[in-house]
Amino acid sequence: MNAISQLGFDVTRIRRDFPILSEKIRGKDLVFLDSGASAQKPVVVMEAMLHAMQHQYANVHRGLHWMSERTTEAYEETRDSIARLLNAADRSEIVFTHNSTEAFNLVAHSFGRGVLKPGQAVVVSEMEHHANLVPWQMLRDAHGVELRIAPITDAGELDMAGLESLLGDGKVGLVSITHMSNVLGTYTPAERIVKLAHAYGAKVMLDGSQAVVHRAVDVQALDVDFYTFTGHKLYGPTGIGALYGKRELLDSMPPFMGGGDMIGSVTYQKSTWAETPHKFEAGTPAILEGIGLNAAIKYVEAIGYPAIAAHETALTEHALARLSSIDGVNLFGRAQDRGGVISFTLDGAHAHDVATLLDRQGIAVRAGHHCAEPLMHRLGVQSTARASFGVYTTLEEIDALADTLVRVREFFQ
Amino acid sequence: MFEDLRDLYQEVILDRGRKPHHGRRLETFDAQAKGDNPMCGDRVTVFLRRDDGRVQELGFEARGCAISVASADLMADAVIGHTPDEIRAMAESFVDMARTGVSDDAALETLRPLAGVHDYPSRVKCATLPWAALQAALDGAAEGVATSE
Ligand SMILES: Cc1ncc(COP(=O)(O)O)c(C=O)c1O
Repeated sequence: MNAISQLGFDVTRIRRDFPILSEKIRGKDLVFLDSGASAQKPVVVMEAMLHAMQHQYANVHRGLHWMSERTTEAYEETRDSIARLLNAADRSEIVFTHNSTEAFNLVAHSFGRGVLKPGQAVVVSEMEHHANLVPWQMLRDAHGVELRIAPITDAGELDMAGLESLLGDGKVGLVSITHMSNVLGTYTPAERIVKLAHAYGAKVMLDGSQAVVHRAVDVQALDVDFYTFTGHKLYGPTGIGALYGKRELLDSMPPFMGGGDMIGSVTYQKSTWAETPHKFEAGTPAILEGIGLNAAIKYVEAIGYPAIAAHETALTEHALARLSSIDGVNLFGRAQDRGGVISFTLDGAHAHDVATLLDRQGIAVRAGHHCAEPLMHRLGVQSTARASFGVYTTLEEIDALADTLVRVREFFQ
Repeated sequence: MFEDLRDLYQEVILDRGRKPHHGRRLETFDAQAKGDNPMCGDRVTVFLRRDDGRVQELGFEARGCAISVASADLMADAVIGHTPDEIRAMAESFVDMARTGVSDDAALETLRPLAGVHDYPSRVKCATLPWAALQAALDGAAEGVATSE
């Protein structure tokens, strides 16, 4: 942990920012190892939302009065923060969405139907969340775009040669791949994926839902075309997320949903669209959640990605060492570059039973298919249990998981 | 460490979950149906053979937790020899017991070990999934999706 404390990372202090962590579950300390599904919120996020509701709230972009102007400023400041977080070249390249799922649906609709031509293809990988699969299936069925699946290796890494062979015929218009798997913890080689896809004339979208929680992302350095993340996994509120898109791409795309806020002018004959990014933001947005997300981003920036990443590495190494030394525990994914999401099964016990027993000791893990059913088939299992980490996770919590798993195994023997 | 879980995981549930007596596809059957729990990926397929208006044999293939497998197995014991109407009534009482933890239905005697699920709202549907599949099979449907609502 020395390297981490040198970076000024003090997990005890951080835990104080998350009041929920001192809750007891049936008299036991909460050991929250389900941050990959949704992270807990620091006080600053709650305060920002509460402050807005108590002192400064009205609808945005439409009032001429003080309250609306101040609220619009606060909400729009979040766009600046997201642009800074992802190192976007311009704030207009940040589209607010409700979550990553909406971002995929937006791109599948507006880029998929508006820019891709029937007969072109979209590539996803074998380790995608359903959010980065189902919208493309819908596009395929509605618009005649082919859907291709890039293989992963047995270690749980993207098979780059396999990906390249899918690109060979030049039909692929978009490669949409996770930046970090929510099941295997694998980080994909984003820069290489982008270079490869661009060499074959394809655009690239990356699913940063998990990655942005642990690592600094630089969309310009990656030269990626679209990037998405979801606020609630980044210590922010639910109901707010973002899509980054290169300006000229967003400009070339038709709107997603129609309604208020996304128009230039409206008559019964015809409407014109607002400028990018507003043409993709129909209706009253998640104002309070956007304000909360800004606080979350600043919170993450204040800790700093070098410290966050070092902490994640220490936790992951410790967890892999502890869990792999338990008889009967099977770990999934052996990627060289992997992070704080660990899926496992226990011989003789179904993942749900494991989760129920862990829960009795206050340990929260997720069990199931993790919204990645095709990946479960690839791994040859129906479900796994999954422990995932956040900035507040401690080595002791991982020890609690490991120690309890030994007892769970005995229970089912 | 898990003493308080013995209510949920009674010996018979662990036993049947591990080594079900009826966990096989029947060689001859006249109805089959699948129960799917899309939230967690559990699946039970029930096969049944009827004669004289009564269920003579029931087998199942399950992928799921100890609770869902044990529930399917105890269900098979309980329904063999009964008519579809009797089984539908049992299913109704069973679902009720899984939610509330109690039942005064004498027909459920051997199923009582499963009453413990009522304390675990997310697990109620594990116990009721096989019954949803069985009802679908009796109704001649191919699929029954279990919901706990
Ligand atoms: C890798 C990945 N992609 C997409 C999502 C979808 O996020 P949301 O449900 O917030 O849209 C998740 C989270 O569930 C995820 O882990």
